Amino acid sequence: MAKHHVSATVNGDAVEFLCESEQTLLDCLRDELDLTGAKEGCSSGDCGACSVMVDGRLVCSCLVLGVEASGKSIETIEGLSDGEKLHPLQQKFLEHAALQCGICTPGFLVASKALLEKHPNPTETEIRYWLAGNLCRCTGYDKIIRAVIDAAAEMRGA
Amino acid sequence: MPQDGSAAGRQFKIVGTRPLRPDGIDKVTGKARFGADMSVPGMLYGCVLRSPHAHARINRIDAARALALDGVKAVLTSADLPDYSNGDQGLHDVLENVMARRKAYYDGHPVAAVAAVSPAIAREALRLISVAYEVLPHVTDVEAAMAPDAPILHDHIFTEGVQPKSDKPSNIVARHQFGHGDPAKGFEAADVVIERTFRTEAAHQGYIEPHACVADLRADGSGDIWCCTQGHYMVRTMCASLLGLDISRLRVTASEIGGGFGGKTVVFLEPLALALSRKAGRPVKMVMSREEVFRASGPTASSSMRVKIGVKKNGRITAGDAELKFQGGAFPGSLVDMGAMAAFACYELENVRVVGYDVVCNRPKLAAYRAPSAPIAAFAVESVIDELAVRIGMDPLDLRLKNAAKEGTKSPYGPTYKRIGLVETIEAARKHPHYTAKLGKNQGRGVASGFWFNFGGNTSTSLSINADGTVVVAYGNPDIGGSRASMCMMVAEELGVPYDSVRAIIADTSSLGHNDITDGSRVTFSAGIGVINSARNAIKVLCARAAAMWDIPGDAVTWEKGSAKPAGANAGKFEPLSLKEIAAQFSSTGWPISGHFEYNADGAGVSFGTHICDVEVDPETGAVRVVRYTVVQDAGKAVHPSYVEGQMQGGAVQGIGWALNEEYVYGADGRLENPGFLDYRIPVASDVPMIDTVIVETPNPGHPYGVRGVGETPIVPPLATVANAIAAATGTRLNHVPMSPPRVLRAVLEQSKAKGEALEVAAGGQVRN
Repeated sequence: MAKHHVSATVNGDAVEFLCESEQTLLDCLRDELDLTGAKEGCSSGDCGACSVMVDGRLVCSCLVLGVEASGKSIETIEGLSDGEKLHPLQQKFLEHAALQCGICTPGFLVASKALLEKHPNPTETEIRYWLAGNLCRCTGYDKIIRAVIDAAAEMRGA
Repeated sequence: MPQDGSAAGRQFKIVGTRPLRPDGIDKVTGKARFGADMSVPGMLYGCVLRSPHAHARINRIDAARALALDGVKAVLTSADLPDYSNGDQGLHDVLENVMARRKAYYDGHPVAAVAAVSPAIAREALRLISVAYEVLPHVTDVEAAMAPDAPILHDHIFTEGVQPKSDKPSNIVARHQFGHGDPAKGFEAADVVIERTFRTEAAHQGYIEPHACVADLRADGSGDIWCCTQGHYMVRTMCASLLGLDISRLRVTASEIGGGFGGKTVVFLEPLALALSRKAGRPVKMVMSREEVFRASGPTASSSMRVKIGVKKNGRITAGDAELKFQGGAFPGSLVDMGAMAAFACYELENVRVVGYDVVCNRPKLAAYRAPSAPIAAFAVESVIDELAVRIGMDPLDLRLKNAAKEGTKSPYGPTYKRIGLVETIEAARKHPHYTAKLGKNQGRGVASGFWFNFGGNTSTSLSINADGTVVVAYGNPDIGGSRASMCMMVAEELGVPYDSVRAIIADTSSLGHNDITDGSRVTFSAGIGVINSARNAIKVLCARAAAMWDIPGDAVTWEKGSAKPAGANAGKFEPLSLKEIAAQFSSTGWPISGHFEYNADGAGVSFGTHICDVEVDPETGAVRVVRYTVVQDAGKAVHPSYVEGQMQGGAVQGIGWALNEEYVYGADGRLENPGFLDYRIPVASDVPMIDTVIVETPNPGHPYGVRGVGETPIVPPLATVANAIAAATGTRLNHVPMSPPRVLRAVLEQSKAKGEALEVAAGGQVRN
């Protein structure tokens, strides 16, 4: 079967790609657009390592088809920093040692940004429930939660 | 070379601080390249066909229809993998595990593999391969596998370590025994003896990154592998051995690794990708699905245990005796011996004996999981210790303190301990405000201690001083949780230069001598010794160059605070020469300046931790919630305290997951019923509280800075800590891990039923519960 032609916006850039019907948005980002920052941990929407924003909504890109991205605006981890200036979340994740292996980090950062856009001053419990769809096996979450609390405070002050 | 830790008391400038990790930017911007992030030109995609049966003879494999599919470039079966094991049964087991030969031994065992131009075509090709199986009786439970009438997996296994030696094939691979003294005599001297049985289910390491590799094997036998692994030298050795290749022709580059915890210390895909690549003449990429990770990579053992401990009323333990039965999947190596050695390692015992049975079952071959076997054994032993404390009316930490192993204690597994920090962790736990905090309704508090051996092993490191005075250090262990930072810190400390001027790389297997796997909590310890001594060797060269620049004898120069100085008044009067100044002159004073070091480290320094946990038990559902958790652990010397705390927190939460929820569930058909993160549920952020940490520093005499490995110990106490907390909250002791809601609820209901019956008797049958 012929591939589908998809036009979308990724991190502010217009992109076009061809994809098979069964390819997920995650497959398309990674294999067609060489954006490998989003990771595949489970392909069933359980781990959140593939988290991206589609038209401002946080999704697991492994649960979205590539063809569904047509005409949509996608934001990925690769678009989080402003050139060489890190997003406060990125900076705080580094300062708090909120990553060990780093495989879940892109997903956590995208999900945390989505959280802070809706709730600039979240409680610890709110953060824990917002990020409950992102699995981290290394940190026990403690330093991740602290990094998000700290980034939120800095972003409110800025 | 002695590593006497003479610097243990020294004042550090960089070690003990918390700088940003050098690989951090890549990891927060999505640039870091993990196993599945590599692509190369002309690459094919490989997929594995796996046995749907727990135990089956493979009578025939017909791949003709798969090969006829457009885009399929190669199909691989065991016929393409000649046996080079040459009598090495261990190597033969690996060969058989990566691709089934005569028989499939577990649900998920590879039976064939395909390489095609797209993943979709490769998956379609798998459906076109027909395998004629003869399904055999299977066994997945350890006790059932030990029964006389159990289906036998391997006809070449005869139980080792029993007299007389058996002449009948068995699923019991070996009997191990450790200990000293006379437990029977010890129990006679006890005032209270408690004996209990325990079960634990298999858990998976649960790394978020599935196994992945890209391999290219060319016609001349030279090849490259890119893969996520804890040991790329191990991958090179195993692949060369399995495929009959020269080690020199195989170059393995470790990608960034998305978690391992012991699960990436073995090969699964790499030999298959190489063999497919050789057949197809093109590079092959292979990535496991999450389901494949669960079904066919290595979980832990599951166990059945009996523990008996005797104690005097004054709290002195008189004897310990345990029997551990571990199944470790379809091939020998359940690591029960490590569990048996670790079981009583926290205690100074006159009379102790542990017997362990290594058992095979129709399950995937076990891989190490963070302090392998120790959490299982500690669950049983620390549960009984806790029950004894209650029985004799002694504080559980006091009971542990009274019997705690210390310097000079003969360990139950043989060696006599050098300086260790168990007592310090128990005392710190005793003093921690958590230990005396008020508890709420349905809440209980538990404590437990844990031990891990820690390893040293082979390390090669190389360090070069650049012309601008910056430094690059190469080591050979994948950075699984911030080790680049600790390597840079130790080099900067030793050279006396800023942390930011040092950068660390993980060298590929052809660029640096052999390095053992990133395991056994060995990297900060052993690679740390490597980079410290590489720096010391570079300092010798730097001093010689300064001497040449001053025209004085080489031994008349010393190194202080990052500069060469004349050693004394007699050496002459010269302004110090900084590393940067000497580096700038490297060519005019000689040749490039570097420092190398190779070492096979012992003296890793055993490690101990003591944990405190508060739980709240919902009496209606049996759900257990951890409401407060504190980890106290001896780090020897914490190089980067944030990453040490991170190990303690992460290990504790993995242990909490195993204690409360994580479990391999097999159906009667021998198939794994929960091969996904939805049904095999690891802790999420909303399941756990902040994890408080206390780093105790009892210097390890085996390391120049006193460092001990910290990665594994924190997963040892949680199973027992949580169990003891549940016992305190409910008055009911759970003897089966995980302590999932159904098990807890059943125990609570049985207890209230028993209480109710007791009430009925007491009240002459007038009270209804």
